Amino acid sequence: MLAPLSWLKDFVDIDVTPEELQEKLFSCGFEVEELRELGAEVSGVVTGLVESCEPIPDTHLYVCRVNAGAHGVFQVCCGADNVAAGRKFPLALVGAQVIETARDHVTVIGTAKITKGKLRGYDSEGMLCSGTELGVTEDMYPGAGYNGLLELPEDAEPGADVKPILGLDDWIFDIAVTANRPDCQSILGIAREVAAVLGKKLRMPALDYTETDVRSDGFDVSVEAPELCPRYIGHYVYDVRIAGSPAWMRRRLALVGHSAISNIVDITNYVLTEIGQPMHAFDSRYLRGNRIVVRRAAKGEKIVTLDEKEFVLNDQNLVICDGEGPVALAGIMGGLHSGIREDTESVVFEAACFARDNIRRTSRALGQSSDSSAAFSRGIYEYTAELGMRRALHLIEELGAGKISATHEDKSAGCLPKSRSMEASLEKICGVLGIAVPEREIIRILTDLDMKPELQGDRLTIQIPPYREDMEAYPDIAEEIIRMYGYDHVESTFLREAQVTMGGRNPRQKTELKLKRMLCAAGACECMHYSFFSPSDLELLALPEEAPERRAIGIVNPINEDLSLMRTTLIPQMIRAISRNQKKATLEGRLFEMANRFEPKNLPLSEYPEEKPALAIGIWGEQESFFTLKGLTETVADTLLLHFSYEPAGRSFLHPGRSARILCEGEEVGCLGQLAYPIGEETDMRVPAYLAELDLDRISKWYGKPARFRPLPKFPEEKRDLALVMEKNVRCGEVEEVIRSACRFVTDVRLFDVYEGLPIPPSMKSMAFTVTFTPEEEAFGADTVDGYVNKILKKLKFTMGIELRS
Amino acid sequence: MADLSGLKERVREIRNEILSSSGALESSRAAYEKRKEFLDSKKGKIGQLMKEMREVPAEQRAEYGQMVNELKQWAAQRFEEIDRSMKEKELAIRCRAEAIDVTEPAVKALPGRLHPVTQVREELIDVFASMGFEVYEGREIETEYYNFTALNTPQDHPARDMQDTFYLSPEFLLRTQTSAGQIHVMETKRPPIKILSPGRVFRSDDDATHSPMFHQMEGLVVDRHITLGDLKGMLDTFVKKMYGEDAVTRLRPSYFPFTEPSVEVDVSCFACGGKGCALCKGTGWIEVLGAGIVNRRVLENCGIDPEEYSGLAFGIGLERIAMLKYGIGNIKLLFESDLQVLNQIGDQE
Repeated sequence: MLAPLSWLKDFVDIDVTPEELQEKLFSCGFEVEELRELGAEVSGVVTGLVESCEPIPDTHLYVCRVNAGAHGVFQVCCGADNVAAGRKFPLALVGAQVIETARDHVTVIGTAKITKGKLRGYDSEGMLCSGTELGVTEDMYPGAGYNGLLELPEDAEPGADVKPILGLDDWIFDIAVTANRPDCQSILGIAREVAAVLGKKLRMPALDYTETDVRSDGFDVSVEAPELCPRYIGHYVYDVRIAGSPAWMRRRLALVGHSAISNIVDITNYVLTEIGQPMHAFDSRYLRGNRIVVRRAAKGEKIVTLDEKEFVLNDQNLVICDGEGPVALAGIMGGLHSGIREDTESVVFEAACFARDNIRRTSRALGQSSDSSAAFSRGIYEYTAELGMRRALHLIEELGAGKISATHEDKSAGCLPKSRSMEASLEKICGVLGIAVPEREIIRILTDLDMKPELQGDRLTIQIPPYREDMEAYPDIAEEIIRMYGYDHVESTFLREAQVTMGGRNPRQKTELKLKRMLCAAGACECMHYSFFSPSDLELLALPEEAPERRAIGIVNPINEDLSLMRTTLIPQMIRAISRNQKKATLEGRLFEMANRFEPKNLPLSEYPEEKPALAIGIWGEQESFFTLKGLTETVADTLLLHFSYEPAGRSFLHPGRSARILCEGEEVGCLGQLAYPIGEETDMRVPAYLAELDLDRISKWYGKPARFRPLPKFPEEKRDLALVMEKNVRCGEVEEVIRSACRFVTDVRLFDVYEGLPIPPSMKSMAFTVTFTPEEEAFGADTVDGYVNKILKKLKFTMGIELRS
Repeated sequence: MADLSGLKERVREIRNEILSSSGALESSRAAYEKRKEFLDSKKGKIGQLMKEMREVPAEQRAEYGQMVNELKQWAAQRFEEIDRSMKEKELAIRCRAEAIDVTEPAVKALPGRLHPVTQVREELIDVFASMGFEVYEGREIETEYYNFTALNTPQDHPARDMQDTFYLSPEFLLRTQTSAGQIHVMETKRPPIKILSPGRVFRSDDDATHSPMFHQMEGLVVDRHITLGDLKGMLDTFVKKMYGEDAVTRLRPSYFPFTEPSVEVDVSCFACGGKGCALCKGTGWIEVLGAGIVNRRVLENCGIDPEEYSGLAFGIGLERIAMLKYGIGNIKLLFESDLQVLNQIGDQE
């Protein structure tokens, strides 16, 4: 919200500096995002009276004597075509700062300091300035748009600072207004707050006008959709003379970013800015049937708006119609044909209140917006509609833009805009704040806010002004009081009366954090990817048609297709992350992510889907292998005191010979393996990558397994190395399993060598294991362990045909 | 019978021999060999002298024995000294040979790191857990009711607009705020309630300072007589634990549909201590969170009597805290999994 200081001063006597006002507004809830001094870039420019002006031969230049009052008389060279003796122009003195323009004298390129110069042998002390060089446009000051010198009024005193003359001694406040205060999206609204915070009286803008007894015969307004239009006011204005607006109005509109168009249009923009009420003016010649109907559009109904865009509407769109069809998209934009033209002679002014969500939805759905639709989306109160209409009619009269007829139609659907009364307990109000605000302060603050407080004992009664529809209950009163009294009065307490509660992470949260820490200790960095991914991410995995991962929940309104599916696996983004790292020449690394996967129970969603936590691990580099990755999944198992077993099993995205499913107590809990070569190629991997994904939702049922101390063996353990010869396809895990099952004293089986080649036959291999035997009740006798070894060898031979290497 | 004086002479000779030969020894190994030459219990030269005892007349044996024993003790001590000095010398040589350039680069173990957001999240949980907060992680997919309606976000509030919210169906959406979880807790649990809800939230924003996914941590206290002063006190404690004892907070008015009054909470700039710097854009304050007294309607929506109970709530953006803490300028860096980024942020685990 842009608010010029000079405009605010219309309504409040402001006796603090702009910086102080900024501070005050900030403390009461209105952050000034930018405070801009209009003439900040210009300094040292005064009124100069050209006393003489002689052409310099053979040039377009003139040498002038310029009287700058107390600053002295200077010789200045000037090339502008409107320089002439006896006129007054802005003179930038030596040392002054002005805006620098390019050779065209129009394009701004920065700022410049004025120095003494010499032109064609003539000394020049200072510069006569154009409007552009002072940052003043035609709308801000008549004549400033001329591509030559800016002529100052005759009564300007030579030597006087030009800033006040040109209105450059002004400040623009850019104020952030919170969503609960649409009433402050206007100069008047901000002025109310300024008045309250400075403890000053608010002067209302002039709202008076004289109605003639002329009527527009048969003019009628009907509201057929009152739920979308609580109030509609139409007023007929005749003898309209379309012309330019006066300088003061053009200047103000320019300061808040509106360009001047014509008196009638400018008045609508002026009222929108000042009062916050969007206005519309229809050329009454083009209101067929001399009537206005506010209704929902029929399905398929069309309208062409002022900017010549055509829209096809439906019954969710509100339209303003004449006797035959739509003439405006309510609250958003007028229709092309009923707009104000140069020959417009009579208008119907509209000031209405439309439902804010409807205007916003229509504006969004059609992709059409305006200052008006923005204001309605924030919220316009019925009170504002009336105020806006009165102000507009006053301005019509003040500008002599037309005559105010007696035809005034006001259709209000319900509650009339007047003050509401609210009662509250003082104790409760202070109970919210935790401090006892002095009663006289409460009365002062609420009086400043025009809430007419009355206090009887604990009972506070206030009158809520019609523009404060946000006030609902006593906490709102508490907020009003404290924002004006100052939040720095709030004293820190620490739940004085609250009960003690036990805090902390639950067992699952503790376990997940422990897992993360252990993975970090194992050299992996935690990463985080979006919860949504791309259909192309699923394609990347080359999953079979029936794979459950393909059943992903779609986002109805994604930012783009790449972020359109809720992920069903963490793998694809991990692959992409590895690929990105490799592209940036990080050729080894370890990453993990712990996050939810989303599984719909049904599609489209009709109940909450499953959100299942999963853990993805991705590692890459020449030093890494399937087994270093397995080391990380084993870290997970060890952290949870679980035993994972591994079975060869392919997944579409993993190397068929180097991948496995992970089992825990017979249940599948994840997979791991080397990334399949085609995917590696597609994602430009330079070194091999390995991936694992674990279903933490399944694993979580074993969380919190207690660690138990196992007494150290009382008797010495014995170790035996066994080199075994077997078929090449026999797996280490199978052999281990047989060894363990053959003897209950075996406590550890560890592979330490695999050998193929002579003298082992070509179809065979040798695997060497260290087997640890741990005695229980008594020490092993001299030959006991040899007996166990024999038992193991027999079982290996019997069940798998495995023999001891000779 | 041997001549005692001759034996005496041999003792002297051996003594001299030890004296003269030990000076030329060059290693502890040589010293050991030389020691053996004299002191080996069987073949050593001093041992041999002992064997001569039989030849000595009985009345002189005591004198001879003492003489040889003295020699033996002296020699043992002598060789011990030699051994010690040899070893010292050898150690010095070895250490000199093994000397390294200590300014060469270190060989580091390379542990991973928790994600910056996790680091901040866990730090905050620790702070609030010590104040009695439980951690409740709500759903990421929520219904419109829990995300908006129950939180007093009226149907026509701009936040409900399609532009901000990702919808999965007319009813289901990706939560835009962790406050959604509050309602589930308040529906099932009676006061006193003290919960912390960290988690992912989603908004349809995507530019240099906005990411469509980010993290929030919501705090909620519901009990009797909760005041704005309690909110300030709790947040004061939080910023002191997070940013040091000198950190102070400032409340200023704001608006959220689910709290009334609502405040923005600023903390004195932890880079300049409040004097004004680039980080705080010269203001001395840094905005860290939004908070307020729980709106009565929200309590009512959860079946909690607002006449009996009141509550406070606050919401912290974790990325913002992490970015401020580690000086990260672009939020996107947090989700790109670039090891060059992740590896340099925060504590190693």
